[in-house]
Amino acid sequence: MSDAPVVDYHEMWAELGLDLPMHDALLEAVGGMYGGTFMTQKNRPEGMGYLDFVMSEVHGLRIKELHDFRKSGGKVVGTYCLYVPEELIRAAGAWSVGICAGAEWAYDQVEQILPRNTCALIKSMMGFKLGKVCPYLEESDLLIGETTCDGKKKAYEELGKLQNLYTMELPQMKRPKDVAFWRSELVDLIAKLEELTGTKITAESLAASIKEVNDKRRALQRVNAARAADPSPISGLDALLAVQVAFYDDVPRFTQSMNALADELEKRVADGVGVAPKGAPRILITGTPMALPNWKLHQIVENAGGVVVGEEMCTGSRYYEKLVNEDSATIDDMLDDLAAKYLDINCACFTPNDGRIDDVIRMAKDLKVDGVIDYALSFCGTYQIESAGVAKRVTDSGVPVLRIETDYSAEDVGQLSTRVEAFLEMVK
Amino acid sequence: MRVLGLDIGSRSVDAVWLCDGEIVDAAVADSGFDPASVAAAFVARGAHDAIVATGYGRHVARESFAANVVTEIKAYAIGASKLFPDARAVLDIGGQDTKAISLSAAGKVADFEMNDKCAAGTGKFLEVMAKALGFSLEELGSASMAAGPGIQISSMCTVFAESEVTGLVHRGEDRGRIARGLHESISRRTLGALRRVGAEGPLVFAGGVARNPAMVALITQGYAGDVLVPVEAQLVGAYGAALSHTTGGLS
Repeated sequence: MSDAPVVDYHEMWAELGLDLPMHDALLEAVGGMYGGTFMTQKNRPEGMGYLDFVMSEVHGLRIKELHDFRKSGGKVVGTYCLYVPEELIRAAGAWSVGICAGAEWAYDQVEQILPRNTCALIKSMMGFKLGKVCPYLEESDLLIGETTCDGKKKAYEELGKLQNLYTMELPQMKRPKDVAFWRSELVDLIAKLEELTGTKITAESLAASIKEVNDKRRALQRVNAARAADPSPISGLDALLAVQVAFYDDVPRFTQSMNALADELEKRVADGVGVAPKGAPRILITGTPMALPNWKLHQIVENAGGVVVGEEMCTGSRYYEKLVNEDSATIDDMLDDLAAKYLDINCACFTPNDGRIDDVIRMAKDLKVDGVIDYALSFCGTYQIESAGVAKRVTDSGVPVLRIETDYSAEDVGQLSTRVEAFLEMVK
Repeated sequence: MRVLGLDIGSRSVDAVWLCDGEIVDAAVADSGFDPASVAAAFVARGAHDAIVATGYGRHVARESFAANVVTEIKAYAIGASKLFPDARAVLDIGGQDTKAISLSAAGKVADFEMNDKCAAGTGKFLEVMAKALGFSLEELGSASMAAGPGIQISSMCTVFAESEVTGLVHRGEDRGRIARGLHESISRRTLGALRRVGAEGPLVFAGGVARNPAMVALITQGYAGDVLVPVEAQLVGAYGAALSHTTGGLS
C-alpha cells in the first residue's frame, strides 16, 4: 500500500462536484476505520494485499478508471442491488458499479426528505447523494433502482429527482408468471441500456459477459469454499470485504486477484494455517446486506474470538453461489437463463421465502458452524419479520441462533459485544 | 488458590475473594466516574493469585490487571448455579441492563436475552423515576408495596417515562401508585424476556434491583416457578466470575 505513488485526485473530485472538505473528512474516517479494522488483523493471507490496495484507492484510482472510460465515450451504470443483472450492463458496453450505502452520512439532510425511522441502508444511500461525497454516484450516467422493499422503492423516487434513475419492477413471488414478468423487465432494461450506450447487445456480447461474471462468481466460490476448513484460512472481515469490492471493481482484474487469493487459501488449508486457532467458535451470519463500509458485526464477532465463516446475505453467498447457464446460443434463451438465475435469489422481499432458511441450514452444516447470527437493520421490515421464523427453524435444526437488530452507529457496540461474547461462550 | 472475581458494572464495582472455592471476603463500591481505579483499589489488596473480571469494565481489567474475562451472562449463570444447584433460570437486573438467562440441567447457559442499547427497565431507570417522584431508591420500593392499584405507565424509555411521570405528578396522582405502576411495567417486560428464553423451573433473581422488595414481589407473583433471591444479590456476578476460574470459563 505504502509503495503506491501519492496522487492528488482533488481536481478530479472537484470536477465531479463533490463537497471537497466533507469528502476529505469521509475518506479520513473510512481510512481510519479500515486501518483499525483490517490492518490490525493477525496472520492475514498475502492475497489480501490486492484488496488493501483497492480500498486505499477506493475514491482514487478506480474513479480515475471510470473517469477515463467515460471521457472516451463509455457509460457507467450505478446499481444498489444484486438483482440488477451486471451481465446486461456489460453486454451493452457499459460498466456496472455497486453504489455503497454502508455509513451514516448527512443524516441531517436526509431526514428533511425521508422519515427518521427509515433503515440505515436507505438513509445512507440518500446521504451520500445529498452530502455530495460519493464519486461513484457522480460518475454514474444512469442509476438503476429496483422494487425490492417499500423503503427503497419510495426512496428511489426521491433519488430520481436528483439523478437520472431507472427503476426495474422486481416481482415479490416466484411463480412461473413472475419469472415471465421478470424476463420482460430484462427485455425493457436492454432497451434502456442500448439507448444509453448506443451499443446493441448481441448473442456474442451477452454470452461473453455471462461467462465473465460467472468467472467472478466462481472465483468467489473458491475463496468462500476454503472457509469450510477449521481453522479458517481467511477472516470473515476479509471475506466480506471481497464480496463488497466485487460490486464495483474491474471484473477480469478482480477475478484474477480472487483466484490468486483462492490458490493461497487452498494452500493454507492444506498446511493447516488459519487466522484464528483451530476450534475457535465458527459463526454464520444471515440477514440484511452489509454495504461498504459496514463491517460492524464482523468486527465485533472476530474481536470476541469468533471467526465468521459464511454470510447468507446479498453481500455473501447470494452474490456468488448461483451461476447463469452458459450453454445457450440465442439472446432469447440467455434471457430465460438470466431471469431464472436472478429470481432464484432468496431475498426477504419475496413471499414465501423458505428457500432462505433452507440455505442457512445447509450452509450451517457445510461450514460446520457453532452458531448463526441473524442480523437485521432497524426498520428493515422484511428481514425483521423473517427473523423469528429463521431463528425457530435454525434452532430446531440444532444450531443456536442469536438475533441482532442494529444500525450503522457505534452507540450499541458495548451491549452488542457483550451479547456476542456471551453467545460465543454459550455455543462452545 | 486465591481468586479475585470482579464485576465492574455501570453503577458499582463488586469484588469477591475466593480461597480454594470458598468465599473469604467481598466488597462493593460505587463505580463513580473512574471504575477502573475503583477496581484497581481492590486489586491492590494483593490477596489473590488470579483475577477474573466481568461487567462493562472487563476488557479494561484484562488490559490493566491481566485479568481473565467472562461475560456477565456466563458469570451470573455460574454464580447462580453454585448458590442454588437446582436453578434453571437467572434474572439479573443491573444498573444499565437486564439479562434473562435459561439454564440447562447442567447449569450451562441454554439461551439468554439482554436489552439492546438503552437502559429501559433497569436500575438506572428506577433511579431516575425515584428522583422524579421525590423518593429515595429505598422509598420507591416500599411506597410501591404500600400503594393501591398501580397507574399504568406506557413508556419504558427512561426519558419518555420521566415525562409521563412528571405529567402524572402534575395531575395530582398518588405517587405511590405511580411507583407501583412503574414496577409493574418493568415486571411485565422482564417476565416477557424470561418467557422468550424458555425459562422454566427455579429462577434466581440477582443484581442490584433484586434488593428492591416490590420488584421481587411482582416477579414472584408473575413467574410460574420458585423465585430465589440470594442474600448478596449484587455479588452473584463477581462470585460467578471468580468461580469460572476453576470451572473453565477462561478466555
